[in-house]
Formats: sequence, C-alpha cells, structure tokens
Amino acid sequence: MKKYLKIIWNGISPSNPVLILAIGLCSVIAVTNSVKNALLMSFAFSFVLIASEIIISALRKAIPNEIRVPIFVVVIATFTTIAALLARAYFSSIYEAIKLYILLVVVNCIIIGRAEAFAYKNPVIDSLFDGIGMSIGYSWVILAIAAVRELFGNGTIAGLQVFPSAYKPALVMILPPAGFLVIGVLVGWLETTLKKKEAKK
Amino acid sequence: MSYLANLAKIFVASAFVNNIVLLQFLGLCSYIGLTDNMDASIGMGYAVTFVTVVAAAVTWIIDHWILIPYHLQPFLQIVSFILVIGSLVGLVEIYIKKMSPNLYKSMGIYLPLIATNCLILGVTFINSMHNFDFIESTVEAIGSALGYFMAMLILAGIRERLRNSELPDFFKGKAIAFMISGIVALAFMGFQGMIK
Repeated sequence: MKKYLKIIWNGISPSNPVLILAIGLCSVIAVTNSVKNALLMSFAFSFVLIASEIIISALRKAIPNEIRVPIFVVVIATFTTIAALLARAYFSSIYEAIKLYILLVVVNCIIIGRAEAFAYKNPVIDSLFDGIGMSIGYSWVILAIAAVRELFGNGTIAGLQVFPSAYKPALVMILPPAGFLVIGVLVGWLETTLKKKEAKK
Repeated sequence: MSYLANLAKIFVASAFVNNIVLLQFLGLCSYIGLTDNMDASIGMGYAVTFVTVVAAAVTWIIDHWILIPYHLQPFLQIVSFILVIGSLVGLVEIYIKKMSPNLYKSMGIYLPLIATNCLILGVTFINSMHNFDFIESTVEAIGSALGYFMAMLILAGIRERLRNSELPDFFKGKAIAFMISGIVALAFMGFQGMIK
C-alpha cells in the first residue's frame, strides 16, 4: 500500500508533469482563463490518461517494441474520442469554448510520455496509481492557475463573485498574453527554488 | 464578398489575428524549446510549414470523401487524422536525414516530435470545425504555418540578443522566453481590429 501512495505522491509533487517536467503546456495556458474550463479539461485529461495507461499496461507484453508508439497513439486517440463525445453530451456550453484543446489531448506530451516511461514497463495496478497521481498533479496546477487568473481578471472564482463589485477587473489576466506571463513567473520561481535546493546539497 | 477576398481574410486571420502560437498556444513545446538556436528555428519552421500544408490537404480529402459520406466523422476523425500526420512526419524525417544530415542533427529530438506537435493536428481540426472547402483549408494551413514561422523567428531573434544582456537570476532560461512571448502576444492582439 505504501508503494502505491508513493507512486501517487510522485505525480503530485516530485515529478509533477506540468511544473517540473514542463511539458504539455499548450492546454495549460489555453484553458486556464476560467475555473470551469480548467475543471472540464482536467476531467477529460484524467479520464484519457488513466484509461490509456491501464490498457497499455495490460497489453504491454503483446505490443512489439518497434511499433509501440503508433499503438500508444491509437489507444490514446480512442479514449480522447470517448472523452470528447462525453463532454459534448453533458457539458456542451463549456465544451464549445475549449473544444479544440479537448481534441488535442491526443497529442499531449504528458500522456504519451507516461505511456512510454511508465505504463509500458509496469504492471496494471501500478500504472493505475501512476495515472491517478499524474492526473491529480496536472489538475491541481491548472486549477490553481485558473483560480488566480479568473480572480484577478474577472473578480470571480468558477462564476461566484469573490471580490466586491467595486473591484475593477484587470481584463488582461483572462486574455491570452497573461497566460504566458503567469507561466513565465511560475517557471522562474520553480527553477530558482530548484537551484537553491541543489546549492544547499 | 468575393471568393478571393474571403481567402485573403482567412490568410490574414490565421497568420496575424489568431496567430496560432501566440494567441492559440499551439506548438508551444518546439516554440520554447528550439528558439535558443536560430538555425534550428528556421529548419523547424520549414519542416512544420511543409507538413502542415500537406497534412491539411490530405486530411481534408479523408474528411470529405470518406468520413462524412459514411457518417464516421464523430468517431474516427481523431484516430485517422493522427495516423495520417504520423506517417507524413515519418516521410519528412527520412527525407531530411538523407538530404541534410547537419540539419537533422541540429533538430535533434524535435523532429520526431513534430508528430505530436499540436499545431499540425490543431490546424486540421480548425479546418474541419469551420467547414472550409479544399482551397480555404490549404490557405488556412499556409497562414497558420507562416504565423508559427514568424513567431519562431521573432522569439529566436530576441533570445539571441538576450544572450549578451544581464538578466536577473529569476528570469534566466525558459522563464524569460515565456515573458517575452506574453509581450509579443500583447502586440499581436493589436491586429484584432483588422477583421470584423
């Protein structure tokens, strides 16, 4: 049991896919202009990641080494299709806003990376927990960024008024440029902390 | 509006007004990863331009001649598009390896990664969402790819200059690349009034 908790914790902090590995940033910047978008995106992402890790890990002995990447891609594409159709059926208004980025989960580097680096080499249960850990890691980061951007850009979180209505929102925070600025500050903060940690050692 | 004016509008919209990198965030991995080297940026720009245009044309044919007539579009679109693009990238990779080994070496890991470059797949999805016809799709692909090329050149040029300037420790490395992109994106938002 301790081993599984460790796998989950690994995804949440020590090798967080977004912050430490800095991959799959396209969707991170694009959907974080509101908490609702980020929430739907993290559901879609988690569904695709966990399901494809389980399938790939179950099939890992049957997949020939030479053509593994095309097979990963087909598995991931199948689950992305399912996720996109589900999102369209149940959350159609949010889906219309971030349609493109849900479809593009299929080429998200994090998912292909985890399939290659973890699911292809580890048993099903381990892969399940790795998927859960990585999903939590991805979700908390994008939800946190989305909360900050929506709070300052619109005065709300997930549509609920937080700042008094006298607050004049900084509109730029929910426009595309601020996505880059926020990620820039985040990456800078992270790299400085890591450097300091290494210097201590 | 005449057909030609419409094409011009699509081109300007995809290259400037909705610049695919700066305002739609597609293709960011290679955009941030490769732009500290001018030559690699140019090589990547050519490769992406070529693959995007061919991919847009081929996927349009698949979409309109196979998927839509047989009512397969909602289920098979993602799978078939990604497979087409994967095989195209394989072809380009073999070609560059053969014709220019130096370029191949400088692009390193990013060349196989074009297959998972969200830009190319993104353009094909955008075409299919807007129901563009064949020529419109191609023009949109050319515009987007040139927009990507332009963004790469801008950032690579600025980062080349930055090498000789003293940055605060906090911003060294990737952080400053993101900050610059944010400012360039702000500038690109000025194009928004060009198209109604």
